[in-house]
Amino acid sequence: MRLEPRAHAPLWLQLAAPVGAALAALVITAVPLSWAEAPVLTAYAMLAQGALGSGFALTETLTKAAPLILTGLAAAIAFRARLWNIGAEGQLYAGALAAVMIGSGTVVLSPWLMVPLVLVAGALAGALLMLGPTLLKVRLGVDEVVTTLLLNFIMLLFVQMMVEGPLQDPMSLGWPQSMPIIDEAALPRLVERTRLHIGLIVALVAALAIWLTVQRTTFGFEVRAVGANPHAARFAGMSTTGVMVRVGLLSGALAGLAGVGEVAGLKGFLTQDLSPGYGYSGIVVAMLAQLNPLGVVLAALFVAGVFVGADSMSRAIGVSNTIADLIVAIALLTMLVASLVIRYRVRFG
Amino acid sequence: MTARPPVLCLAGIGKSFGDLVANDAIDLSLGRGEILALLGENGAGKTTLMNILFGHYVADEGSIEVAGPDGRLAPLPPGSPQAALAAGIGMVHQHFTLADNLSVLDNIVLGTERWWQPFRRMGRARQLLAGLIERAGLAVDLDVPAGSLSVGERQRVEILKALYREARILILDEPTAVLTPQETDGLFAVLRRLAADGLAIVFISHKLAEVMAISERVMVLRAGRVVEDVATAATDRAALAEAMVGRPIPAMSREPLKPGDPALVLDGVDVAGTDHRGTMHGVDLTVKAREMVGIAGVAGNGQGALAALLSGLAPPAAGRVTLFGGPFRPDAVTLIDAGVGRIPEDRHRDGVVGDMTLWENAVLEDYRRHPFRRAGLLDRAAARAHTARLMAEHDVRGGGLGTPARLLSGGNMQKLILGRVLDREPGLILAHQPTRGLDIGAATAVQARLLEARGRGAAIVLISEDLDELLQLTDRIAVFYRGRLTPLLPTEGLSARALGLMMAGHAADEALAETAERRTDAA
Repeated sequence: MRLEPRAHAPLWLQLAAPVGAALAALVITAVPLSWAEAPVLTAYAMLAQGALGSGFALTETLTKAAPLILTGLAAAIAFRARLWNIGAEGQLYAGALAAVMIGSGTVVLSPWLMVPLVLVAGALAGALLMLGPTLLKVRLGVDEVVTTLLLNFIMLLFVQMMVEGPLQDPMSLGWPQSMPIIDEAALPRLVERTRLHIGLIVALVAALAIWLTVQRTTFGFEVRAVGANPHAARFAGMSTTGVMVRVGLLSGALAGLAGVGEVAGLKGFLTQDLSPGYGYSGIVVAMLAQLNPLGVVLAALFVAGVFVGADSMSRAIGVSNTIADLIVAIALLTMLVASLVIRYRVRFG
Repeated sequence: MTARPPVLCLAGIGKSFGDLVANDAIDLSLGRGEILALLGENGAGKTTLMNILFGHYVADEGSIEVAGPDGRLAPLPPGSPQAALAAGIGMVHQHFTLADNLSVLDNIVLGTERWWQPFRRMGRARQLLAGLIERAGLAVDLDVPAGSLSVGERQRVEILKALYREARILILDEPTAVLTPQETDGLFAVLRRLAADGLAIVFISHKLAEVMAISERVMVLRAGRVVEDVATAATDRAALAEAMVGRPIPAMSREPLKPGDPALVLDGVDVAGTDHRGTMHGVDLTVKAREMVGIAGVAGNGQGALAALLSGLAPPAAGRVTLFGGPFRPDAVTLIDAGVGRIPEDRHRDGVVGDMTLWENAVLEDYRRHPFRRAGLLDRAAARAHTARLMAEHDVRGGGLGTPARLLSGGNMQKLILGRVLDREPGLILAHQPTRGLDIGAATAVQARLLEARGRGAAIVLISEDLDELLQLTDRIAVFYRGRLTPLLPTEGLSARALGLMMAGHAADEALAETAERRTDAA
């Protein structure tokens, strides 16, 4: 068996590869499922039903997809420029923290001003957190994988300090949680009596905006050129530094928005377990989407569906819901294989 | 074909990549002690053929037979570089494969020892190599780190490496591309001795003069087929060029022009170096409109620093630079806007973004300005129309507007870059090795465009390692040696030999005197 580089990958293949990768992940996960002595087909049926089977299931999946779209976009835009932002988790918490600080009664305005205000504050906080690692990378060549990753833990500990200290809700009976978001700052519900909030609209608009930016603007042109060949970009007069900094800010802002959605749209207050790793899952989402901003939406729906469906599956047949992490992790690996198939033709003999 | 006992026999080799037929029914036989030149343009199938022989690719059809130590031909297992090495096929690649921090000896022995051997038999290796060095005249110090060697020495190490592995067939891929004329002469002397000793040599090249000088037989490939297989003595350069390209090659002629105002003046300029480009010190240079100035030198002696300066990638550390009579700002965008066209040395690295489309690459330097940028958006229709025109005017083939640039051949890629640069009608053009690695057809097209730009009034700085090119195209030439640039000398009265001496550090008058002496000696 040998690999030969492909001149051009047809569109159907680019679409089929992620779908095939997702299916392959499900097939492979069938092995540990059967070790757990679970009926595999029933398990997957329960998973699908739990993710899509009812109006409630569907809104839950969409609710979970919203932060994943945003962190997925954060990773996708950064990776496009070869800026390896692994710190979306920390930036998400930074956004959530800013939302709580602004939105828990510090300022009281009408909802029409308050909601945009917490969104902007969260985006700025996420962007600011990403600015440091980006500047260190472009100025001193410090590896941003290390700095962004480690900042995640710093941010988490900082949040812990805040919710056990200055931001702690006096009404919480000692629980480490922040003061609640006031009603004016809460993101409105999209569907009554569900948890689905306008964070999903924010995420979809962001996906469309990022897609337009990458594909249609001169800035997006620079991002793609710098990412694909920084030498040629620099030779052509592009400022690789400037592009990196702007991409870093944008990426951090997107992850920060995810944090605002979780705290002001869903939970209502900040705790240190606000995110079940959305920042990291966003990397998987971006890879599944091949860094395509519109693909991020589909990939986020898939990952959210697996998470939500696995919860109800585990309740129904008694298999641990860590199976969801397994499926998503294996999907990342099968996607890596699939991207090989997109770039190379496999020949036998 | 040859009276000598054959050591290599390729029969009916065919290989396709998709629709592209890279090799089509190629027969090649090589006799003991024979030097065969394999000539062909880029994409003619030379590299594919050698990759098949060396086991990197598997041929779709055909057979390969190699003579063993006993002289009997045996089939070579396909797709196995190990088998090729074991069968006595040695290859010297264009890009050398030495580990810089290991000694020459370690580099040569590397990979030839069995893993279970507890002790390295360096004494025996040394003895063997001493014999090889003696026989072939390949003087190399075995105990210095490979990183400290000159390009010519590195090549000798590569050849030694092949001989040490008992190669009976040596394949050299464009071996002279990086050598000075003197080093080339040295290489040829070595190759002749090795051939006389029974080594069969395949010499891959597109430099006709060298092919005529070294080979006994020439095989010309075109579009994957053998179009010519003749004794070198029975052919000439013009015939080979025509066979290679498939049509007669127009002779390049440079009409004398009266130079205009100085476009670029360097006055005692220093540029600090980086690893790969070298430094330059106290360089004085004046380039006038309607003038092409040639810059010669062995790579790494300062021409990289000059190119970086004129590309806007490196600021002058000292001295004064005047551009079109005004100040000079070392910034790529400013230079482009001021009317400087830059053709980078490494097309793939600096010239194009391989994964982006042709139209995106065509506006890589122009996307910022009208009509391509409208309110922050890239006007794709305008960019595509512009690219279509450029591609037609500059004869860029091998893809459509949406093809990724990496799929273009070197020549077409260069034509695209050239089109991008010349379309702005720049007043100063930096052409850094513009024809390196290009086939004759593409190279002459590029050279003609540069001469055309000169005729239109552009000042051109041509940095090249191809001395024939410099002598043919330029009005004046200066040579870099260890960061210093000689004064400009009129091209008339210079020879490749004199330039070669100057590239090795001899003073200009000395070099001219010595070559003049040689000429009288010969007469």
